Amino acid sequence: MQVNVKIKRFNPEADKRPYWAEYQLEARPTDRVLDVLNEIKWEMDGSLSYRRSCAHGICGSDAMLINGVNRLACKILVKDLGADIRVEPIRGLTVQKDLIVDMEPFFDAYKAVLPFFINDDPAPAAERYQSPEDREIFDDTTKCILCAACTTSCPVFWTNGRYLGPAAIVNAHRFIFDSRDQGADERLQVLNQPNGLWRCRTAYNCTEACPRDIPITKVIEEVKRELLWRRA
Amino acid sequence: MAVRPKTLNQAKATYSSNSELAWWVFMRISGLALIFLVLGHVFFNNIQVNVADVDYAYVAERFSKSWVKIYDSFLLGFAMLHGANGLRYSIEDYIKKPGRRFWTKTILFTVVGIIFILGVMTLWAYSFEEMGEAIRALPEG
Repeated sequence: MQVNVKIKRFNPEADKRPYWAEYQLEARPTDRVLDVLNEIKWEMDGSLSYRRSCAHGICGSDAMLINGVNRLACKILVKDLGADIRVEPIRGLTVQKDLIVDMEPFFDAYKAVLPFFINDDPAPAAERYQSPEDREIFDDTTKCILCAACTTSCPVFWTNGRYLGPAAIVNAHRFIFDSRDQGADERLQVLNQPNGLWRCRTAYNCTEACPRDIPITKVIEEVKRELLWRRA
Repeated sequence: MAVRPKTLNQAKATYSSNSELAWWVFMRISGLALIFLVLGHVFFNNIQVNVADVDYAYVAERFSKSWVKIYDSFLLGFAMLHGANGLRYSIEDYIKKPGRRFWTKTILFTVVGIIFILGVMTLWAYSFEEMGEAIRALPEG
């Protein structure tokens, strides 16, 4: 099928402001948007820049704003979008070139919530046992691939870059509710800052944007309640 | 992890208060309370009486009752604090320069404070009975 692709492009060395570039090409309905972008870059315009790595929806490199919704270019098919495809960089982070944004603020927020296992007890001989029920509590949040689709769909993050954002809270949740972990108090202290957890206004954009189907808003509310019960 | 802060910036970084948590809880409780307070207000002033019949005498008679004063105090307090805190949330998000943010919040809190004080004075420090008599004593026209 013939597709009409509009891409918001920006080259900081040549352009004053972003502009829309249009490309017409043949694509199969079962092609992914990433295939279409590859076709444009490899066959039509080599200057187009975007991130991609695994191309199988697990590395989290190619989150983009596609037809108004944050998604992974390697997961959305052409037939699900129709003949008109509009691709923009994810919002709220500085565009470096075309569809590539500066992810550093995103990862700074991620690092701030100590997203690693904290347990100072000596490791037992066999294993740190965890029941299947205890593992189930934080199962959803283990699925995050740090693609930033949630954080950059958040209207609070767009205007307030100091907000940690949904992705950081999701990754804090993954360890706060881990029965083997002992760092919950430190993480909750970070999240209890004015620009930590409390800027969330439950807009639900993050939940809709997540390519891993993590119920992010529900997760954030669980962390809020945990803070409430611990501090009350 | 317990490092003693040595400079003001370090102290700020380690400082933690539960104020945002408290406001979050307050917003939920006051929001729920306001639904019923406002519905009650609509019932007493728009359904129980015809709006066209509401005049000074009716208002003065209402405000002379203690339970109305208490009811309206809750309505005033919850509405002002709930609304002001909601505006504060928007200011925190949308005004990026710290100085401008500080002054905008200062102005907001001042205006809210003045309206709140005026409301409390109207409810509790104003004699509707005496004013009613004074108005009736004025010559016609």
